[in-house]
Amino acid sequence: MDKHINTPITEEVTKDLKAGDYVYITGTVYVARDAAHKRMIEALDRGEELPIDIKDAVIYYMGPSPAREGRPIGSAGPTTASRMDKYAPRLLDLGEKAMIGKGKRTKEVIDAIIRNHAVYFAAIGGAGALLSKCITKSEIVCYEDLGAEAIRKIEVKDFPVIVVIDREGNNLYETAIKEYHTLKEM
Amino acid sequence: MVRTVNTDEIIENIKEMCIEANHYLSSDMDEAMKKAVTTEKSELGRKILNQLQDNLKIADEETIPICQDTGMAVIFLEVGQDVHFEGMAIEDAVNEGVRQGYTEGFLRKSVVGDPLIRENTKDNTPAVVHYSIVPGEKVKITMAPKGFGSENMSRIFMLKPADGIEGVKRAILTAVKDAGPNACPPMVVGVGIGGTFEKCALLAKKALTRPVNEHSDIPYIKDMEEELLGKINQLGIGPGGLGGTTTALAVNINTYATHIAGLPVAVNICCHVNRHVVREL
Repeated sequence: MDKHINTPITEEVTKDLKAGDYVYITGTVYVARDAAHKRMIEALDRGEELPIDIKDAVIYYMGPSPAREGRPIGSAGPTTASRMDKYAPRLLDLGEKAMIGKGKRTKEVIDAIIRNHAVYFAAIGGAGALLSKCITKSEIVCYEDLGAEAIRKIEVKDFPVIVVIDREGNNLYETAIKEYHTLKEM
Repeated sequence: MVRTVNTDEIIENIKEMCIEANHYLSSDMDEAMKKAVTTEKSELGRKILNQLQDNLKIADEETIPICQDTGMAVIFLEVGQDVHFEGMAIEDAVNEGVRQGYTEGFLRKSVVGDPLIRENTKDNTPAVVHYSIVPGEKVKITMAPKGFGSENMSRIFMLKPADGIEGVKRAILTAVKDAGPNACPPMVVGVGIGGTFEKCALLAKKALTRPVNEHSDIPYIKDMEEELLGKINQLGIGPGGLGGTTTALAVNINTYATHIAGLPVAVNICCHVNRHVVREL
């Protein structure tokens, strides 16, 4: 089912999202990947505040290519989410409500999604040029020294994603594959 | 007769090839992606494949990289034994080409100088360069930037000779099944069979640079490529890993002699942005 939602992503929003829904997101989204997640968790370990407002936030796992002149951002598709699995449960427990990435998640992350009424979206891997057209603004929030891995705040308009894991823990990667799996034996 | 090639020519070509590879798919990949739209059975799968078509069009028309992961630059350099390089050290020239290509082409710098200290080198160097010395006086450059979503899902299996051809097929299917959505399907599966530990990995990498519409010229390997592609597409993974009948576009297998005690198999997986540009100087 096609749905349009706006950020921030509250529990009111996630309660209507089901695995398999095709969703268009509009609003503010944070961008962070491996190195930025590591730093955020290290900051928390030191008792410091996070550099972003995590409550009901969406984090997009992405590291863009450089923007050409006159454009807000370069190519901007999702990166593999499993590399953030080590860090995601802690951020979800602090209020992060949605993650955008691609690929499988661990049980720990799925449990944290259920516990916090959150959601995991997949964007289309390898569609960085197309997805960049849905980003209207981009600014670096912190960790600028990380280059492509700096934390960014972006504005998106009708950014297309698919609900892969909903707040009940339904997992589209598992259910959709079964439907087309016809191989009798390996 | 010895032919002199100035390394400035290497720099210029590598620079252009980095930019070309990241903005336009080669014709074999382009055809395979277009064909997939017409054969995919899942509706969501077709929607994703159509969006990937739009993505390629935008990348081409607006000069935006097809994928933000513009890869680590992998370069195969086949150097004729009658070539004499004039200018700088050849590897420095290759890296200079990569540096210029990634900087001037607005490509992402995705390389860290040390695997554990992990500081970005900020110009995407060094490249990974594979040299071979061949007869003749030409220099053949194959530029294949490799994204790591799929690279991370690649595997090596040191099988036993008794595992035989069925063991090899099982290993390949296992690698693809485990890669699933992480490798950005539809994928291209590069396979190396035989050689030693490192040789079979290199065979697999090289297999990814073979056009996806060409088969091995060894008849039984060609059969295996076709059989495995059929089986992989019955795994159900589909475009984006969201279910469907297009999990792979091709299985390319390269083989080499091996030891009486061994049967190494390497599976190097590439996403649908399987970039390879070839030039001969």
